Amino acid sequence: MSHDAPPRRRGYLYFPGCSLKATGVAYEESLQELFRLLEISLEELEDWNCCGATAYMSIDEGAAFLLSARNLSLARRTGFRDLLAPCSACYLALKKTQDYVQRHPTVREEITGSLRRAGLEELDSIRVRHPLEVLYHDVGLERLRERVVRRWRGGPLACYYGCQAVRPYDEVDVPYNPTRMDELLEAVGVPTVDFALKTKCCGGSLTGTIHEVGLRLNYILLKEAARKGAEAIVTICPLCQFNLDAYQAEIRRSAREPVDLPILYFTQVLGWALGGEFKALGLHRAISGGPFLKRWFTARAEVETYV
Amino acid sequence: MLELIRRKMKFQREADPNWAVELGKRPGCERIFACIQCGTCSGTCPLSIYMDFTPRKIIALVREGFRNDALSSQTIWLCASCYSCAVHCPQNVRITEVMYVLKREAIKHHLYPKRFPIPVLAQEFYEMVRRRGRNSEFWLVLRMALKTSPLSLLRLARPGWELIRTGRLSLRRERVRRGFELERELASTREVI
Amino acid sequence: MEVRGENGKDQEIRIGVYVCHCGTNIAGTIDVARLAAFAARLPGVVVARDYKYMCSDPGQELIRQDIVEHRLNRLVVAACSPNLHEATFRHAAAKGGMNPFLYQMVNIREHDAWVHPDRRAATEKAEDLLRAAVRRVRLHRPLQLRSVPIHPDVLVVGGGIAGIHAALTVANAGKRVYLVEREPTIGGHMAMFDKTFPTLDCAACILTPKMTAVKAHPNITLWTMSEVVAVDGFVGNYRVTVRHKPRYVIEELCVGCMECIDACVFKQGKAPDEFNLGLSKRKPIYLPFPQAVPQVVVIDPETCIEFKTGKCKKTCIEACGERNAIDLHQPERFDTIEVGTIILATGFETFDARRVPYYGYGVYPNVYTSLEVERLVNASGPTAGEVILRDGRKPQTVGIVHCVGSRDEHTNRYCSRVCCMYSLKLAHLIKEKTHAEVYNFYIDMRTPGKAFEEFYNRVAEEGVHFVRGKVADIYPADGDGRLTVQVEDTLLGAVRKIPVDMVVLSVGLEGRHDASDVRRLFRISCSEEGFFLERHPKLAPVSTFTDGIFLAGCCQGPKDIPDTVAQAGAAAAEALALIDNGRIELEPNTAYIVEEYCSGCGVCVSLCPYQAISLSAETRKSQINEVLCKGCGTCVAACPSGSARQNLFEDDEIFEELEAVLAPC
Repeated sequence: MSHDAPPRRRGYLYFPGCSLKATGVAYEESLQELFRLLEISLEELEDWNCCGATAYMSIDEGAAFLLSARNLSLARRTGFRDLLAPCSACYLALKKTQDYVQRHPTVREEITGSLRRAGLEELDSIRVRHPLEVLYHDVGLERLRERVVRRWRGGPLACYYGCQAVRPYDEVDVPYNPTRMDELLEAVGVPTVDFALKTKCCGGSLTGTIHEVGLRLNYILLKEAARKGAEAIVTICPLCQFNLDAYQAEIRRSAREPVDLPILYFTQVLGWALGGEFKALGLHRAISGGPFLKRWFTARAEVETYV
Repeated sequence: MLELIRRKMKFQREADPNWAVELGKRPGCERIFACIQCGTCSGTCPLSIYMDFTPRKIIALVREGFRNDALSSQTIWLCASCYSCAVHCPQNVRITEVMYVLKREAIKHHLYPKRFPIPVLAQEFYEMVRRRGRNSEFWLVLRMALKTSPLSLLRLARPGWELIRTGRLSLRRERVRRGFELERELASTREVI
Repeated sequence: MEVRGENGKDQEIRIGVYVCHCGTNIAGTIDVARLAAFAARLPGVVVARDYKYMCSDPGQELIRQDIVEHRLNRLVVAACSPNLHEATFRHAAAKGGMNPFLYQMVNIREHDAWVHPDRRAATEKAEDLLRAAVRRVRLHRPLQLRSVPIHPDVLVVGGGIAGIHAALTVANAGKRVYLVEREPTIGGHMAMFDKTFPTLDCAACILTPKMTAVKAHPNITLWTMSEVVAVDGFVGNYRVTVRHKPRYVIEELCVGCMECIDACVFKQGKAPDEFNLGLSKRKPIYLPFPQAVPQVVVIDPETCIEFKTGKCKKTCIEACGERNAIDLHQPERFDTIEVGTIILATGFETFDARRVPYYGYGVYPNVYTSLEVERLVNASGPTAGEVILRDGRKPQTVGIVHCVGSRDEHTNRYCSRVCCMYSLKLAHLIKEKTHAEVYNFYIDMRTPGKAFEEFYNRVAEEGVHFVRGKVADIYPADGDGRLTVQVEDTLLGAVRKIPVDMVVLSVGLEGRHDASDVRRLFRISCSEEGFFLERHPKLAPVSTFTDGIFLAGCCQGPKDIPDTVAQAGAAAAEALALIDNGRIELEPNTAYIVEEYCSGCGVCVSLCPYQAISLSAETRKSQINEVLCKGCGTCVAACPSGSARQNLFEDDEIFEELEAVLAPC
């Protein structure tokens, strides 16, 4: 097994995950556009495989770790120091695999053996990161502030963090009271509301399996955001975005409540403030909240120095 | 009314304390015996109000070895793995991991209702990734709906149409190029004890 | 064969070996007769016996007689652990006229008979151990117990109920006590309480007589606004430097008439009142609470205009008039005192509820800590004893949350012992005053003391709701200004959402945040949880590993008032026992330096946990203060030149033992 580390590469290695190529494609588009505007290079991990999300862990723990192990092993070959996983489930799967391999000798043994059998190198200590904290730490609020070219004229937005990115690992943000997304948005001039339900689960895949239960969880989130006066909800997870976005028509019918909130990715909001175009940011892919998006996002780009 | 009256006694012959001890050895489940039954997990779980046994009760059942009760519960399937319980627990019991172990055991022993969507979805997901290395959301949902309740496809029609309209529905069947690597890796996996 | 005698001249070694049966504890496994016979054959052994109970009077008498009759000059007893009876047999040796340190004890019970079931193997092991001891004891040298005198004065640090009770007890025994308290008044946390459990005695009513007794007692020197800044010396002979912070009022002249407070240019208080935990405001010149002892006003330089700008009318000085008790230029003073013993009674701090943000403290106005509620229900508190919320409403539903900052891996793992009882007390008081619906949310109800369970019954019968579940979340209820408490009622088996007007967080007790600095000052230790460490949790709860320093009250661990007073009495008794004795004997198992070999490298100096070693300026060699040395052996092990050695653990003694066990021939 070769232990020679390949030469270090600048920029970030990017792990899209299955969702960002399908229902979450707007997340990929806006992430790439945002990084392009920030002049940071982003390279997709070649031949990545599915992370297994919660499904694999529910059936076969060893297989679940192995899926992530292959990804981490492939990542090692590239020479990047950081692996960016925007989807919360992918982020958690990769991080958990690294954690368990480190802490549980039985897991480590199993993984190393299986990797060897597949002709793959052992796991590296590549850092698994989430774009939220990469933007917060590596880019920083100041740098974002400097690059703003558009001034937000809309109302406040509600930042929704969801579960698996902020729990149980606390590197992305503080589990009980995350604020980094709010801070990023405020840095580019977008006000946020105090959204108390920002870490309450959207139900994940439950909207697809036990629909009524899943629907209600999303209804609660949408209602609270509207009650707080938010004009949109900003998310970091493609499944949260989908759940909140796709069922608003049904919620309007069953709860008899006029809800039509756009559900945005934080990369879309930041990208827009930094001058990204509507389509390049995937904003045309929104299901709900069309009127709002048309109003605030397609105004002619104003080139203004943000003071 | 009389037919509703049932005797509900729990005998020790139903309990399997060894199972509890074995479970406690799995990675992530180490602290189930430290649980003080405070109920914070159930109080903070967004799905506990829908469950037949709250998360706290599941830990209590597991500790006492009431395997069948724990594995046949709705709880383990309603768990969304949001980790609220694990983060709040004052004894650092990783309840979410316990739920995963119970899911795996239930699937192994086929202890869930036929056509129950959640294990079916998990299994379809599992198969798809095992064969192709990636999952294709459209095909996954389709297969799951057909295997559990085809009528649900009607309900999914509207969101499905919206996804098509916005270009978020991909009909491509994703696949990894070097699938043999995965195959060899997964060839001999077993439950990590 | 090296021989050393008592009088320094070479002597024939005459060893007496005694093997104890300890009933069947040892004899049941080890063949004691054979062991004694084996011992008799060892070189130097003159007498070898086995006996049923060596520690008994006849057993000891046996030793004494043999020493005299057979002119023994070394003693080996194979029995139980030295922790139990080393002292007993040293005493027996001394009675026979032998230096008690020419004796070695062999543990063939805890180290052998109790852990090895195989008779043959156990006996063989006992033979090895005995042989090792016999060879070692030849090399023992006679040592003397050192004794130092004990200064009769006592220092008590901390003026809460623990310090007050300890000070009074010692003072009543006729000794002089210095009571040093850093706040402007004594009374501690107990002065803040309204009623105390389980009797519902008014805290001030039972405390203030003791406070005034302290002030009036001729043997007590009360120093408030004071802190200990340096401690030198050792047991019986401590030199303590105390710093007196200026209160800008001359204590001897002020009569506590409080006219200066009325006259202050501030018409209303602007600074948060510390005693009321910020629930009310005070002026820069104030009396902490009406029954403060000493009854002397204090000026806060941080908020007084004269101190900040120099431009004040100083109406306070005017109001004081002829008494002229205000001195705005009062300097800080230092005093150095000599005491023999020190009692630490520095108390506790409450857990900071902001560390559990999901309970809403500091976020929602109507979330209080239990200590804040104590001030609310107190008649001399910010709301004159009425339970009124920050927005002026009277609560109709109140939720009391137990275990905030206790029994939690994320905050403090331990149970804070008093919270269940005070939560019940607050439930009772709140219900009495407001007739509100009161809910206590608990994990377990801990009411172990005298009349505690009856108190629980009483509160339950008064109609307080008990919900067994740790509160998961607190958030605003729909728009009506109330808060929702979300909790699993584990007894009912359902998750409940209960809207309340007021939330009371029963915060746990923690050690003072500066405990680790204070403990370094006194050269004691802190436990993992941040409380001062006692010498033994069961058998020596008030002493520390530093002789002469005792602990009382919550600084040693969370406890209620009855236990605090008991512990304060215990600490006072231990201090008095030392003082009464007049002298203290110190174990001679201390380290010493052989100067010829010392290179002055100073490694030992920084390693000593008791700061007993110093580098002499003149000789440039290390010196060990025998009185501070506890014989831990760190310096001995670390010394690169082998010049640091230890009595009773000399290299040659240890090597003899090793050889005897490993290579007897």
